[in-house]
Amino acid sequence: MLEITPSHYMVLSAALFMIGVIGVMVRRNIIIIFMSIELMLNAVNVNLAAFSQQWQHVTGQVFAIFVIAVAAAEAAVGLGIILAFYRNKETVNIDEMNVMRW
Amino acid sequence: MPAGFSAADFFYILPELVLTGGALLVLVVDVLTSRQQRPLLGWLTVGVLLVTTLTLLPFSDANVVVSRGLLAIDGFAFFFKLIFLLTAIVTVLMSSSYIEVEELRAGEYYFLILCATLGMMFMASGIDLVTIFIGLETMAVAFYILTGLLKPNRRSNEAAVKYFLLGAFSLGILLYGMSMLYGLSGTTNLRELATVLATQERSALLIVALILVVGGVGFKIAAVPFHMWAPDVYEGAPTPVTAFLSVGSKAAAFAMLLRIFTEGLPFLAEVWQPMFWVLAVVTMTVGNLAALTQSNIKRMLAYSSIAHAGYVLIGVVANSSRGITALMIYLMLYVFMQLGAFAVVVMLRRHDVVGDELKDLSGLYFRYPVAACAMLFFMLSLGGIPPTAGFMGKFWLFSAAIESGYIWLAVIGVLNSAISLYYYVRVVVFMWIREEVLGSPITASPAMVVALTVALAGAVIFGVYPRPLFELAELSVQSFGGVVAAAEAISYR
Repeated sequence: MLEITPSHYMVLSAALFMIGVIGVMVRRNIIIIFMSIELMLNAVNVNLAAFSQQWQHVTGQVFAIFVIAVAAAEAAVGLGIILAFYRNKETVNIDEMNVMRW
Repeated sequence: MPAGFSAADFFYILPELVLTGGALLVLVVDVLTSRQQRPLLGWLTVGVLLVTTLTLLPFSDANVVVSRGLLAIDGFAFFFKLIFLLTAIVTVLMSSSYIEVEELRAGEYYFLILCATLGMMFMASGIDLVTIFIGLETMAVAFYILTGLLKPNRRSNEAAVKYFLLGAFSLGILLYGMSMLYGLSGTTNLRELATVLATQERSALLIVALILVVGGVGFKIAAVPFHMWAPDVYEGAPTPVTAFLSVGSKAAAFAMLLRIFTEGLPFLAEVWQPMFWVLAVVTMTVGNLAALTQSNIKRMLAYSSIAHAGYVLIGVVANSSRGITALMIYLMLYVFMQLGAFAVVVMLRRHDVVGDELKDLSGLYFRYPVAACAMLFFMLSLGGIPPTAGFMGKFWLFSAAIESGYIWLAVIGVLNSAISLYYYVRVVVFMWIREEVLGSPITASPAMVVALTVALAGAVIFGVYPRPLFELAELSVQSFGGVVAAAEAISYR
């Protein structure tokens, strides 16, 4: 029976994180990009929980709970901002965010 | 009282507690007052910030760690908190007329400004990854909302979406780096982190974690190549918010950067110093070159502020008590120069004029000589012409770099200052030479006059007589753990 070690969790979280980063880079829909960012934050949570187990203390889990709380706060604000944008533009595609250019 | 906490813990965070109470008070007063009484809210907010500053003053020479190692109340935190409170006060003073023109809800606006300030204060005194991260998010979430506060304005919407997406993205990167640091060391306390890592072999994972944290912090200080959000956000956000963002959030990010790298990772200094060397050079150069071609004042000041982040990074690269002193002085002087310039831009906003294009400044001198002369002084100061405040700041930064052996960095910094003169002087050319553009007259509210006076007084006085500021900064650095840690790391090698 294979034992699950912290390094397994690290591989899982690295994979989640990379999927998130790639999602942010290639997707054009703001909501999907936002979901990819949430994926990155959850990769962090997996990491923190696994390390907390490895070190046998609770710090990492507390950290993870803070990350979850902050992600929730960000989601509330972020969806509000996206909604305000949608009301004026009638789109959530980042290619059409072109009022400001250099 | 919860176990492990004592009354002292609450005593030492008195300024933060006062600020929290004051922010809630502003919200309540907003609901209770009528529309005509709203302008009073601005003065109430200034009052809250002044009281917070007063409660902060007794801690000028404190050097303790409170809340079970979560917060350090030391001179370093004290100096940065002064910067944040000063920035917030001047920003609030310059906001009142702008809020009326844009028809913003004053209560929400001032509440969010106070929240952002609170977050910054925790970033400066946090010596635990968790505290720093919570402070950062308290600030950032408030700024996301502030940026998008002009709801009918498309530029503001777009700026808010960009800032939010890139801010959250950079947060993910920063947190992933932090989680790896925790995994490698088993602690989130920066000082314990330094002790644990000193005895460890330098692993590849540690370097990856370091790069991730550099990237995450790089976004927050808007260092090239992580600066893409800054010009758009600065252009789209309400002008006083842009001012607050470019000074306050940048100073807070530098406080966080110094805490993490000099207190938490002093033993990796030879790895991160070259990284910041490259970042400093690229940031200065790209910021200045991009600023040359801008026609929008806010956008030009955005690139200029990117360039200034590059100069400030020189202090980080030097990584000596002299370098950190110079960095802190520069950030304090930057408050006056940058906020002053933005105050003039805020004044240009009238009912019929947006006032953020360079051509809106045309002929300003002939109608409003005082405003034009003030702007001239701020531009020269940002450009670093003696005997202005900007010159003193740059002088110390570059000499700290030379003292630590980074002569080329200082040379590149000086060359960049020369390039930057072109676009600062261009503003002056518009004000003095071009024909004036007519619009409704510019008026300065009493609060705006106070804001401009404070900015101008700071920039003039510290340009001619910088001694008190220098002494305060030097005193603050003495108790800073990062300097002690850096010295230990050198003797350890």
